[in-house]
Amino acid sequence: MLYGFLGPNGAGKTTTIRMLLGLIFPTGGEVRVLDQPVFGHEGSGSPALRKVGALIEEPAFWMYLSGRRNLEYFTRAAGPRSEQQARLARIDDVLHTVGLADAANKRVKAYSQGMRQRLGIALALLGEPELLVLDEPTNGLDPQGMREIRLLLRRLAGEGTTVFVSSHLLSEVEAMCDRVGVLAQGRLVADGPPDVLRKGADVIRLDIDDATLARGVLGTLAGVAIEPGDGLRVRLSPPATAASVNAALVAGGVAVSALVPEQAGLEDVFLSLVEGADAPR
Amino acid sequence: MLRVELGKAIHRVRTWVFALGLAGLALIPVIFPPTDVGQGGPPFLDLITRNGLFAALVAVVIVQPFFLPLGTGLLSGEAIAGEASAGTLRYLIARPTGRRRLLLSKFAAVMTQVAAAIGWLLLVGLIAGSIRFGLGPLPTLSGTTIPTGAAFVRVIASGVYILLGMAGLASIGLLFSTITNSGPGATVATVAVAIASQIMDNLSALHAIHPYLLSHGWLAFADLFRSPVAWDGMERGVLLMAVYTAVFLALGLWVISRRDITS
Repeated sequence: MLYGFLGPNGAGKTTTIRMLLGLIFPTGGEVRVLDQPVFGHEGSGSPALRKVGALIEEPAFWMYLSGRRNLEYFTRAAGPRSEQQARLARIDDVLHTVGLADAANKRVKAYSQGMRQRLGIALALLGEPELLVLDEPTNGLDPQGMREIRLLLRRLAGEGTTVFVSSHLLSEVEAMCDRVGVLAQGRLVADGPPDVLRKGADVIRLDIDDATLARGVLGTLAGVAIEPGDGLRVRLSPPATAASVNAALVAGGVAVSALVPEQAGLEDVFLSLVEGADAPR
Repeated sequence: MLRVELGKAIHRVRTWVFALGLAGLALIPVIFPPTDVGQGGPPFLDLITRNGLFAALVAVVIVQPFFLPLGTGLLSGEAIAGEASAGTLRYLIARPTGRRRLLLSKFAAVMTQVAAAIGWLLLVGLIAGSIRFGLGPLPTLSGTTIPTGAAFVRVIASGVYILLGMAGLASIGLLFSTITNSGPGATVATVAVAIASQIMDNLSALHAIHPYLLSHGWLAFADLFRSPVAWDGMERGVLLMAVYTAVFLALGLWVISRRDITS
């Protein structure tokens, strides 16, 4: 399963991720990851997090150490010895997976932003996590690198890892994810497969004879929002339907020659959800 | 985690620059011994030409008021704050390294590195001093002499006592380090505490609080060079350090167990 976590800046994506990983404390409620509580283990760390790999905002390393040694030291920083041994044995594998095998012994100081991003993903993969939490994983990567990472994440999801990706690249989430959640103002305003979400907002294009008259009629209808741009496009939300809009226009004396549903992109859905959350209640 | 901390230190260039600097400090009094006896200055400095063992002791004593607190302040002040500003703290906590375990490992790492610095100073001082002044039975402050072997043990014991004296300061530095995300800020604050304590310890008007000041017991190791050894000063010093360490380490653990890691 590949889950895409969307939201505008300031919606609370990073705050949510930080809570999932035990970094910031919730003011109320409980945080559970892989069916186990995250908090209440401030002494030696939550057992749930041992099965989680994470990239939190941007990668961070000890700059004066090599990429390989960074992975080694993060491994040795915690966990039972058997788990550490298993991770250490995988270092070469994950470095190879992210394409850093040749640069492994260079200091991270000398890495490009893209290489640091790859090393961050390598670190997240090191523990063969059941849950992979990645905040903007393709940040700083070139198109080729983005493609590689997307394919890698798809492959991991296919192999049974749950991948939780936050992103502001809607097209990326739309193309890659099995399920999408949209966060706005700290609330999850939508959650479901991308194609189901897409049907959540209907945009129709109207071919009419008198645009000014039509706009006047449409302005009085509940659930109808006129889209900016060329032509007359309206976004419908309950109680408005294509049929009711048609009836109202005809009753208002507008000749309707066509009423065409547009395939809304996820971006439109996203914007309509986020705008809805912003509106005063 | 301690192993990781020490590994990080070993792979840092600055560790070796510091070691070189400390060696230089240890060599200064051996190369330029005092010409007049009893002219003041750090304890034991005027005895340095009498015995190479004193050179080892002096090497540690001259760094005790400032450089040792500076190093302890640097290591402890940046322990958590430095990881926070580098961003590595969030990866350590999410690893997950338990918050309390992380702080205790940092404390152990700071103390190990301060111990290594003291050991290094003793070693450099001892080698240089024994080459220039030779080794032999040690004259005590009471006028008697101690055989060379026993004197060596007492020099080592002085180093251990001076190390314990830094435990309280390290705990204070770690507390500061859990509160701020600025390593330099925590370091400066820690060094300021050490200096303020020593200044207050010299103000006679404050003599009522002298016994409770952080630095008050720091020089009590000198009693190891009396005959017989006067233990009560050192016992009080160790007790005071234990209290400071327990209180500030507990506060640090309390803070890190609750703090949001937003860096």
